Amino acid sequence: MSAEMLQHALYLSLALFAIGALGVFLRRNVITVLMCIELMLNAANLAFVVFSRAWGSLSGQVFVFFVLTVAAAEAAVGLAIVIAWQRHRDTLDVDAFDSMKG
Amino acid sequence: MDAILFYCLAALTLVSAVLVVAQRHPIGSALALIATLSALSGIFGLLGSPFIAVLQLVVYAGAIMVLFLFVLMLVNVRREEERSGTGRRLRWTALGVCALFVAQVGAVLTRLELAPSATPFAAGPRDVARLLFRPEYLYAFEATSVLILAALVGAIALARKEP
Repeated sequence: MSAEMLQHALYLSLALFAIGALGVFLRRNVITVLMCIELMLNAANLAFVVFSRAWGSLSGQVFVFFVLTVAAAEAAVGLAIVIAWQRHRDTLDVDAFDSMKG
Repeated sequence: MDAILFYCLAALTLVSAVLVVAQRHPIGSALALIATLSALSGIFGLLGSPFIAVLQLVVYAGAIMVLFLFVLMLVNVRREEERSGTGRRLRWTALGVCALFVAQVGAVLTRLELAPSATPFAAGPRDVARLLFRPEYLYAFEATSVLILAALVGAIALARKEP
């Protein structure tokens, strides 16, 4: 693993985060939006691993572990809300999530 | 050899990540996301973190994505329709914001001088666990188990049919 590859892995993480953010803005299906959030969390994980390798410290890996746990919890609760919402309104469109007038 | 593998996996990650966002049908997005996560797991392995690589494959590409696919099969998914009017303006705003973000963070990243650490780097399960169970992370680790329990109870309570 050379210095160049570490740098390129960081660029890859930036690109993944941007793609995920773009998906959150552009997609209308709420499940796809949740998947794009997972993509952004993974970009953060990649950056953590790269810096962990660059500085020879394992703390980054411990943070990846925590991010993974939080992502699992977020997916479970988010999808439960999607199911409840779908039963209530029969739609998955994020534009329909407007009952709180945000 | 490492370099070839790394750039192949990076290309695969990027292409499948674009596919996640570009598809209109959520099932296609989910399958593309599984490809992205698996390729990322390979990159983690190349970066010298076998524990995180396996965790990524088992927890993300395995458990979380199966959850997503289950929910996609449970609800009736349709193809998205085109947005009209305000939605189209939103698209250009989103592209602008993301381009600005990439320019800013990219400018910081190019100035960064990264080099692999000279000291031998071991990140197997034993090494990570040794750090995880030290006092500085132990309480956070215990807190995550409470978080998982809360998420479990919350998910069941939310998705339950109203009596």
